[in-house]
This record gives sequence, structure tokens and C-alpha cells, in this order.
Amino acid sequence: MELVEAIILSVLAASTPLLIAATGELVTERSGVLNLGVEGMMIVGAACGFGGAWLTGSILIGALFGIVAGTLMSLIFALMALGLAVNQVATGLALTILGVGLSGLIGAGFVGERITPAIHLHIPGLTDIPLLGRVLFGEDAFVYFSIALIIGVWWFLYRTRAGLILRACGDNHISTHALGYPVLRIRTLAVMFGGACAGLAGAYLPLAYTPFFIPGMTAGRGWIALALVVFASWRPGRLVVGAYLFGAVTILQLHAQGWGVGIPSQFMSALPYLATVIVLVLLSRARTGGSTAPAALGTVFVPDR
Amino acid sequence: MQLVLEKRAERSNTIALVSPLIAIGLTIVTMTILFAILGKNPLLALQAYFIAPLTDGYSLQEIAVKATPLVMIAIGLSICYLANAWNIGAEGQFLIGAVAGSWIAVKTQGTDAGAWVLPAMLVLAAAAGALYALIPAICKVKFGASEILTSLMLVYVADLLLDYLVRGPWRDPNGFNFPTTAEFDSVATVPLLIEGGRLHLGSIIALLVVAAAAILLGRTIKGFEIRVVGAAPRAARFGGFNAHQLIILTFAVSGALAGLAGIIEVAGPVGHLQPGISPGYGFTAIIVAFLGRLNPIGILIAGLFLALTFIGGEQAQIAMKIPLDVTKVFQGILLFYVLACDSLILYRFKLVFPNRQVARGAG
Repeated sequence: MELVEAIILSVLAASTPLLIAATGELVTERSGVLNLGVEGMMIVGAACGFGGAWLTGSILIGALFGIVAGTLMSLIFALMALGLAVNQVATGLALTILGVGLSGLIGAGFVGERITPAIHLHIPGLTDIPLLGRVLFGEDAFVYFSIALIIGVWWFLYRTRAGLILRACGDNHISTHALGYPVLRIRTLAVMFGGACAGLAGAYLPLAYTPFFIPGMTAGRGWIALALVVFASWRPGRLVVGAYLFGAVTILQLHAQGWGVGIPSQFMSALPYLATVIVLVLLSRARTGGSTAPAALGTVFVPDR
Repeated sequence: MQLVLEKRAERSNTIALVSPLIAIGLTIVTMTILFAILGKNPLLALQAYFIAPLTDGYSLQEIAVKATPLVMIAIGLSICYLANAWNIGAEGQFLIGAVAGSWIAVKTQGTDAGAWVLPAMLVLAAAAGALYALIPAICKVKFGASEILTSLMLVYVADLLLDYLVRGPWRDPNGFNFPTTAEFDSVATVPLLIEGGRLHLGSIIALLVVAAAAILLGRTIKGFEIRVVGAAPRAARFGGFNAHQLIILTFAVSGALAGLAGIIEVAGPVGHLQPGISPGYGFTAIIVAFLGRLNPIGILIAGLFLALTFIGGEQAQIAMKIPLDVTKVFQGILLFYVLACDSLILYRFKLVFPNRQVARGAG
């Protein structure tokens, strides 16, 4: 029983950064922008988030640092890909390359330092219920926030007028522009939201997942988040399922090592990456009746004024 | 005030030639500011980065050695990108090439094998790199899976495979438990060009690759097909060009070149297989490809320039304690400026002041 509880708790923890980063990217891509710089924004968010928390002793300020850092990174992307109409794939890659360097530079001073990680909720009585208690009432704030975030995004995209306009940008920017909506401004906001989420997801790693910072600690989670958006066919509901599934694969890998399964640890560590490839293949194959991606995804838009 | 892009009637060829230079200039200005923020003397830092490595024979050789893998990988990537196929996983193909070639070196160690060893290593590495690159290419063509994400995921897999081999089956028993194979025998080593120097045969191979790519892209029908499929997919379809076939082909070529670069690096400057054989060559080569304007000669120059930043970065670290990550920041910023300046080829930038226009209209 305790093992099951421990596994569920660790799956939730491993899934949360994926869910937050992928939620941000979902909104960005729904507006028609493909930002491949998630890994770069996340890793800068991790360095700045840890730095903020280490300097001030506050997890909340750390998280805010992460959000601000991710947003600033995304603004560079917006300036390039939206303002200057540069190829989005290349710009996203540049953002990741820059992010890896910046994170190393910012984080160099914090390597080896430790902080007190984010505290977990404790409601006497409720949290003590066997099995479900700690899973439902014993998480850190980030976990609850990630759930609220994805529900909020679902509500925004499908239940508000602004969400409808944002989706319209992603499907047909020319018509949306012709109707008088500021396509580039809407996309910039969507990119910034994606950056804020990626920064927060990065900050989650040193603030709640592990209490220290190491260079390269995102280990490709930003890329997995990008794959998750494809997995989810750009729908919030499926994104939750995908994120928890991937969290489970990550944890399976850790526990299998603990159980002394006779497979080399490197093969188990490769599991999440291999799973990503397999999932991408299976999903793309299932979708023979045309892509569900936003129609204008990744295309350049230069308004003719 | 608003920045507005206006499409040029035709692409500006002057700007196409000057834009990489503008990009380098802007990067140097930005770096000067960054050095000042880090509390280092910008002039001394720039001197350490760009001038010092050019002043002695040893560093000049080091630049050629570092440029070798960058140029080879970037040539392959440029062929992919020209065909609008996004191979991002060159780093993984580089590592797999290194692993596959090392297999022969490890198996023949101390057996007095003949001169066939090194050529066999090179061929096997290229084949392995090509096969590894074919995984994302086939996933793309058969199932429509994003080649960007699959090729990138395979980088992590290749890295873990290398790690497993040098910690497990291939570990040097006399290596004091370090994760590395034994030093390769001399028949499994890339020969040096200068006695006692660092420059090796791989640099000549890289130059041959540049020449071959220049001929392929400039003088053959295949090269024309690649360009058309990339630049005008619809026209290519009407012309009867098979885009799927080209994705497979360009991925295989770029994987082969990355794999070859991998084994040359391991059997040359490094001398044995170990983790960390690449300081991100596969990713830096993306910058090289763009900075070189996806043109073979341009890539050769860009490769030498980025190699200079690697060597300069090491010198700046030793001389001025500037962290090595500054080199990565520098390379990232450079790529941004290169891309931004490319925008100038197609568009004219205009600043518009909407309020003033309104005021004038009212008056």
C-alpha cells in the first residue's frame, strides 16, 4: 500500500513540470506559433528560479523569478519570429542553444548550494486518510497549480470569446486579420504565456523536485513537453493524460532500478525518450484522416497593414 | 511607434552577402556589453577570444581540429535544411558513429590487425550514422511523425548507449575505473599531418566533403531537386520530384557525415571512446550551417569562425577566468543575429508612427 502511494506521489511530481510546460506550449501553438525553445526557457527558468529562492529564501519568489525569466526569453522569440518574421523552427532552436548557455552562466554560482524545497500541504485528518489522503491533500502547491492551470486554459480556449479569437489566429491568420483582430499582438501574448509556463516548469525542478540546481537538469523535459502537445492533438484534456503517462514512464525507470531489475540503468533511463518516439509514431499514424494541428502552425505572418 | 516589415520586390543579394558580417558585428557589440556586466575588461576579453588564438601555430592547428567535425556535420545539415528536412539530431548521429567505429577499434585491440582497421572504422561509422538518421526520416515519411522531435529524442538515447558501453562491456580494465575504453592502437588512429602537431587527416576529409557538397549542390540535378523541394514544394510536386525520397536521402547523407565526424573525433584528437567526446558539436553545427548561409564554402568559413570561439573561450577561461558557458551564450546570440539579419534579405524594416499620421490627417 505504502509503495503504491509512494509511486503515485512520485508520478505526480515527475508529471507536473511536463504538464505546466506543455500547457504553455499548447496555448502558443493554438495561436499558430511553434516555439521549439521550450527546453531553453525551462532551463533558464530553473537557474533563475533556484537563484531567486536561494537569495531570498522564498519558494514563491523563486517561482516568480522562473516565470519572469521564461517570459523574457519568450519575448526574444516573439521579437524574432513575429516581429522580424524569422523562421520559427530556427528561432526556437536558437532560443534553446542560448538558454543552455545562459543557464550555465547564471547557475554557476549556485551549484552545490541547497534550499528547503516547497512544503507539502497538510490538512490534519484529510491528509492522513490511507492511500488517497496524501495523493489528494498532501502535494506541493505547484501540483495543485498545474491542475488549475490546465482547467483554466481549457475554459479560456473553449468558453471565452478571447479563446475563440486565439484559436482563429492559429487556424487562419489571414481571415482573423481581415476581421480586424491584431494577429501579431495576440500571438505575442500567447508566446509570452508559453514562456511564463516554461519558466515556471523549469523552476519547479530545483524548487520542489530536487532541492538543488545542476546544469542541464531539465534533461530534455522541454522537448518531451513539445511532443506531449502533439500527443494531446492540441487538446487540454488529452494533455493531462499524456503528461501523467510520461511521468509514470519516468518513475517506472527510477523504480525499476531500485527493484534491482537486471537491465542496465542507462537502458531504463532511455525509456522516456524512446517512449516519446514511439508515441509520436503511433499517434501520427492513427491520424491518417488529416492533421489535427492548427492549420497556420509555424507559418510566417506579415500583415499587409 | 511600430516596426513594420515590407516585402522587397526581389531578394537583396548585397545584403545576403553582408548579413553574416553584420550579425558577427552585432554579436561582438552584445558580447562587449556582457563582458562588462561580468566585470571583465571587454577589450582584453575580445582579444583573448578573437586575436590570441590566431597568433600561434598551436592554436591555429587547434582551430582546424575543432572546425573539422563542425564543418562535416554542418555540410550534412545544410543539405537537409535546403530540402526543408529538419534534422536536429546530428549530435546523436555523431555519437552513434563514434560508438560504431570504436567497436572495431575495441575488438581488434592488441591483435596486430592490419591497416584495414581505420578505413573499416570510418565506413562503419558513416553507415551507422546514416542508419541512425534514417529512424526519424522513416518515421516522418511513413507515419508523419515530427522529425524534429524524434531526431532530438534519439540524441539522449545515443548518449546513454555510449555511457553504458564505456562503463560496462568496453571499459578499459586498466583504466582505474574511469568510464573509458583503452587508448586505440595506432592502426585504429587517424594519422597526423604534422609530426608532433595536432592537425590530422580528418581535416583533409572535411575539405573533400566541402568540395563534394559544392559539386552536388551547384552542378547536379540531385542538388537542383533538393533546392526546389525546399524552396517551392508545390512546384517540386508538379516537376515530379519525390519529396519523401529526398527526406530519406538528405537524412542519410547528413547522418553519414555526422557519424564520420564522430569516429574521426574519437580516433583522432581524443584517442579513445569516453563520455563527453562532443562539446555539443551536433548543435553548434546548426549555427555553422545557418551562418554559412547553407552554402558549402560559407560553411567552411563559418566552421572556422565557430572553432575560433571554442578555442578563444578556452583561452579566455584560462587567462581571465571567464566561464566556459559564455561561449555557448555567444554562439546562441550569434545564431539570433544571423537569423534576424536574414530577415533583411526578404524584408525592409520601417518604423511607423501611427499617432503622428492621425494628427496630420486631422490637421
